[in-house]
Parts: sequence; C-alpha cells; structure tokens
Amino acid sequence: MDVSTSSTRATGSTDGTETTDAYAGTSETTSGRVYTVTGQDWDTLVEGVGEHADERIVVNMGPQHPSTHGVLRLILELEGETVTEARCGIGYLHTGIEKNMEFRTWTQGVTFCTRMDYLSPFYNEATYVLGVERLLDIEDDIPEKAQVMRVLLMELNRISSHLVAIATGGMEIGALTVMTVGFRERELVLDLFELITGLRMNHAFFRPGGVAQDLPAGALDEIRDFVKLMKKRLPEYADLCNANPIFKARLEGVGYLDLAGCLSLGLSGPVLRSTGYAWDLRKTQPYCGYEDYEFDVQTWDTSDSYGRFRIRLNEMWESLRIVEQAVDRLAGLEGAPVMVADKKIAWPSQLAIGSDGMGNSLDHIKHIMGESMEALIHHFKLVTEGFRVPPGQAYVPVESPRGELGAHVVSDGGTRPFRVHFRDPSFTNLQATSVMSEGGMVADVIVAIASIDPVMGGVDR
Amino acid sequence: MTEEPQNKELAEAGGPAAVESIGQRAGMFGVKGSGDTSGFGGLVQPTLYPGPAQRPFGPSTSSGESGWFDIVADGLDGLIERVVIHRGEITFHVHRDHLVEAMQRLRDEPSLRFEFSAGVSGVHYPDDTGRELHAVYSLVSMTWNRRIRVEVSCPDSDPHLPSTVALYPTHDWHEREVWDFFGVIFDGHPALVRIQMPDDWPGHPQRKDYPLGGIPVEYKGATVPPPDQRRSYN
Repeated sequence: MDVSTSSTRATGSTDGTETTDAYAGTSETTSGRVYTVTGQDWDTLVEGVGEHADERIVVNMGPQHPSTHGVLRLILELEGETVTEARCGIGYLHTGIEKNMEFRTWTQGVTFCTRMDYLSPFYNEATYVLGVERLLDIEDDIPEKAQVMRVLLMELNRISSHLVAIATGGMEIGALTVMTVGFRERELVLDLFELITGLRMNHAFFRPGGVAQDLPAGALDEIRDFVKLMKKRLPEYADLCNANPIFKARLEGVGYLDLAGCLSLGLSGPVLRSTGYAWDLRKTQPYCGYEDYEFDVQTWDTSDSYGRFRIRLNEMWESLRIVEQAVDRLAGLEGAPVMVADKKIAWPSQLAIGSDGMGNSLDHIKHIMGESMEALIHHFKLVTEGFRVPPGQAYVPVESPRGELGAHVVSDGGTRPFRVHFRDPSFTNLQATSVMSEGGMVADVIVAIASIDPVMGGVDR
Repeated sequence: MTEEPQNKELAEAGGPAAVESIGQRAGMFGVKGSGDTSGFGGLVQPTLYPGPAQRPFGPSTSSGESGWFDIVADGLDGLIERVVIHRGEITFHVHRDHLVEAMQRLRDEPSLRFEFSAGVSGVHYPDDTGRELHAVYSLVSMTWNRRIRVEVSCPDSDPHLPSTVALYPTHDWHEREVWDFFGVIFDGHPALVRIQMPDDWPGHPQRKDYPLGGIPVEYKGATVPPPDQRRSYN
C-alpha cells in the first residue's frame, strides 16, 4: 500500500528524527511525500503522516490487497476516514483472451473464454457458444438434453459463485464463519463439476452444438443428494447473517445505488435487482429453454449491500429449484444425444475413462483407425481445421451471477472467430465503485465492492 | 465459384436482402503467408456479409401491424445509413456524424426507450476500405423488452468517433477499452486513457495488424512457432 500526501506547500523539509526502514522508507515526489507500507510497525507510518494531518491523503489500495477480490487497484482520496474520491485501476490481470481466440478454431475458443470469469466459467462458455450457434443457424437443432445439461450446470454454477460472493464478502468484514461455511458448500458444487466435466474449473464443457460429454453414471443421484444437503445448509446462512446486528450494521445503507444510477451506469444482476426492479434475462429474454422452468426473480427494495446479499441468498434457493427440475427432466432423457446431429459441426470423438484416466474413447479410435478412412479424414479435418461459420455477427447475452454477460461474436466466414468481445458484467459494474463509496468510510468501500462481486479475471480478460 | 450464384443463393435464403462483400478469401484452406500447396490457389471467394434489409423489417406480427424493427427504424428516420437483419438481430448502421443524435433519440423517445446500454465493442475490418474501424453498441429497451445493435465506423486514417458517455455513462470504461485496443479516439470523452494495457504501451493490440506475439517453444528437438506464425487453416 502506498500512502501519499499531497500538499500545496513545499514538502522538502525533512526533520532528522525520522526512523529509516530499508523496506518502507519515505520519498519526496512532485505530488507530495510518498510512504511505502510493507507490513512494518504502523506507528512509524502514523507518526509520519501525523505531521501532515491537515492534508488530503491519497491511499493506493491494491492491486495486491486481500480485500479487493483479486488484483483490483483502488485509488482512494481520504479526509480522515472519509473517502472523498475513489477510482479503480484495472488491467493487472489482462491476458488477451479475446485476441488469442482469434487464433484458434471456434471450438477451441471455449477453452479460452472459460478462464475469464473464473467463478462462473459455464456462463462464459454459454454466451460464446450460443453466439456461435446463432451464427451457424443451428439454435433449433441443439438436442434437448444438451440444453437441460447446460441449464443444470449453469444453475449449479450460480450457487457456487454466489457462495464465494457471500463467503469473501463476509470474510472482508470479519465474519470468518461465513467464509468457512461458504467454501465448504462450494466444494460440494465443485465436486459435482468434477464428476460431470472432469474438472473443478476451466471446464470447456459447452461446445458449439451441445456439450462435450454425456452425464456419467450416478451423477443424477449425486446431484439429488447435494440438493437435499443444500436445503439443510442454506438456512444456516440466513440464521447466521440475516438478522445479525453487526452484519446488518455493516451492510445496510452501504453502497447505495438507485435504479436510475444502475441503468445509466449499465449495472445488471443482483445490483440492479436490489433496487426492486425484476430484470432477469432468464425471464425477459430466455435462452437454453429457461422459459420451461419454474422459478421466481428475486428482488429487494433497499438498493444497498444488504439487499444484494439477501438477493444472492434467495437466488441460491431459486437455483436449487431449477436444478431439481433439470434433474427430473434429465432422468427421462437417458441415452439421448448431447451434441447436434450435424457431423460437420459436432466434435467427432467422444471421451471415455480408460485404464490411465480420461481420454479419447477407444471405440472411436478403433473406428477411425481400423474401420473407416472417411471417418479418419473427417476427424482430422474437424480437429485441425475446424468448421466454418457464416459471416455475420451475433450477441446472445446470458444472466450470469453478476449480471448481463454477453459475447459479441463476429465471423468472416473462417474457421476461427474474426473477433469476440465479451461484455463482462464485472467490468461494467465496477464503474459504480466511485458513486457507491464516495462520501462514505474507508471500511465501507470494501463492503460496497464486495456487494458488486467483481471477478478480476472477467474484468480484465 | 463466382460471386453471382452465391449472391443468389444467399438472397434466396435470407429473403430480399442483398449481401455486402468485404475482402476475399483465396485457396481452399485459407492458408496465408506461405505458398499454397492445396492446388486450389486460383479459387477466390468474396467474404459476403449480410447486406441491407428492405422494408418492412418485421418481425411479422399476428395482427398484421408493423413489427418493432420498423417502429425503431421510424424513430431513427433520417439518421440510418442502412439496416441489417441477420439471424433475428437487427443492426442499425449510423454515420458517425449522426451517432449522438441517434443515441439521444433511442434513449429518450417514449416509443424507443433504450435505457440500458450493454457497452461498446470495437471491431477492426482491415479490408473494409474507408471504414476500417467499427464500434458496435448493444442497446436494450427494458420498457419494451427489445434489443438492437447500433454500428458506427470510421476510417483508419481519421479514427475519430463522437463520445456517447454523456448519454450512457456506462460507456466511460467501454470507450476507453476500444481506444486502448483499437486506437479509436472518442471525441468528448472525459478522460480517454488506456484501461487494460499499461499507460506507455505502444500500439493498439487488438487491431488485425498487431501481432499476437509469443515465442517458439522447443519440444524434443523440434520447435513449435507461436500461434500467429503457424500455418493456419482459416
């Protein structure tokens, strides 16, 4: 953390009484004296700052601060403990995912975009895959089972993402039990992901045309057990937090943003719904067959961090409802295809568990290597070259745990995306940091940002 | 194949819409940068984007009234260069001189009310001569539950677009991102500085003429070149 004081008068005078610290010295810059804090005795710092107590202090918080949800850099101008100005510095996790995707095939693109918002990987995949499918004009050909599996995984993912939001948000205000129980439950969801996709995160499971693989045996029972357990565990969060006076005192009225503010700043998701406006893309502009599920859009009318916390808690219940319906539907879809029938688009090989773990299905290897030359050619062409997507552009947004997540997919008719741009809700929502935290206390900045629930992997992409 | 039958084919598939040709693709496998070994080097195909649509735009309603595409188009009367409808999504191409007025109308007219913007996405079409840099806005009307796309372009030689931050404050970071990655200057933006790349970064990384970068990787004596230098099948 750097603390700099800026002053209108000359800051050249240094008295001889200051202690020198090799790691946390002070230095004079054109914008004032800069103190570097690296975890030493705070008394030294306070003494040093105390000399300029009448001055405005600019605190540089992050990008490596544990309370900033990753590598978010906050530049706070303080007067005492009051924040007079707050700005964000982002870009510390920029990895060029969008550019990289232009050099891989359409199917390989999923592998990249799943890594963006790492707490909700399925949503990144979903919006991209839906965009590609719209350009391919195969939206109506996606098998029902693939759609239901997508919904199932997305809703499980919503639970795991909201759990992290609540857990880390609780941790940042000192509610450590919320953190430990939050991660305990998230672990259960990740176990389900591991069972179904083989990976705990970065799944690359949704593919243009369907999903990578069918459900493994016993998966539905595991999910049913999970739902049963979650119904017991979710009330714990309510008992722990909902009426907790400390929790409420920290959250209520903090990070206030009304409907007009949300719309002009482009905020969506729980922040928008905390103003009482029931905007949820799953209801208003359904995709993946969400219109066939029964669930309610959760709102709250306080426009503050507490409302957002309650919305997340309630949305987990709604997600459980959707998961139950999806499981029931999947029980009747055993053996149904999970990939589009068009062999010019569908990934040719299937995965299977072998003696050395997950790999290409031996039946498929036998087919292409021993039985059909054409199948081999087909496999080779699709895997190395990929399929072509007709020129045009598409944008199919989905309701991610953080709000509207959309991929603007542009094709020039090639086997690779011409351009993919992700409208990530974390990126847009973070713009509200200043309006939510200016005029409040430093400690409330943390609460306000936690209520936005930004994921820096999605912000910086 | 020549351009004509493709035109016809597409026109039949997508209604009366013509197609717009931007650039072309040569050979069978789209190999660029090295000799064509496919034997199809003489094959040249234009890249055909969906062309302008004709009225009525639709979508057709059961009562026979004009669809909402037409209502929005009426509201933007005089400001639209052309309208493209593709896969059920409507794109209004607007000249940059008219962008702010069009956005103002889209946001404020009671019959339009696009109160929510999902941001700006830049696209670089090096072959679209005179309109190389595009900015694409996705607007949502929550009142009417409609979604449209507004597209505006500027030439590479004069990369200026008017800023719409005053109308949609959410465009603040989005325009900074388009400036950062494509070098489009948004006139009137309150603080147009880089957002993702470091302040002193040279160039604009997501333009098509900017290399992806990377180093060759050695594996068992052979080297694998970085992705943008490999033989590609695009």
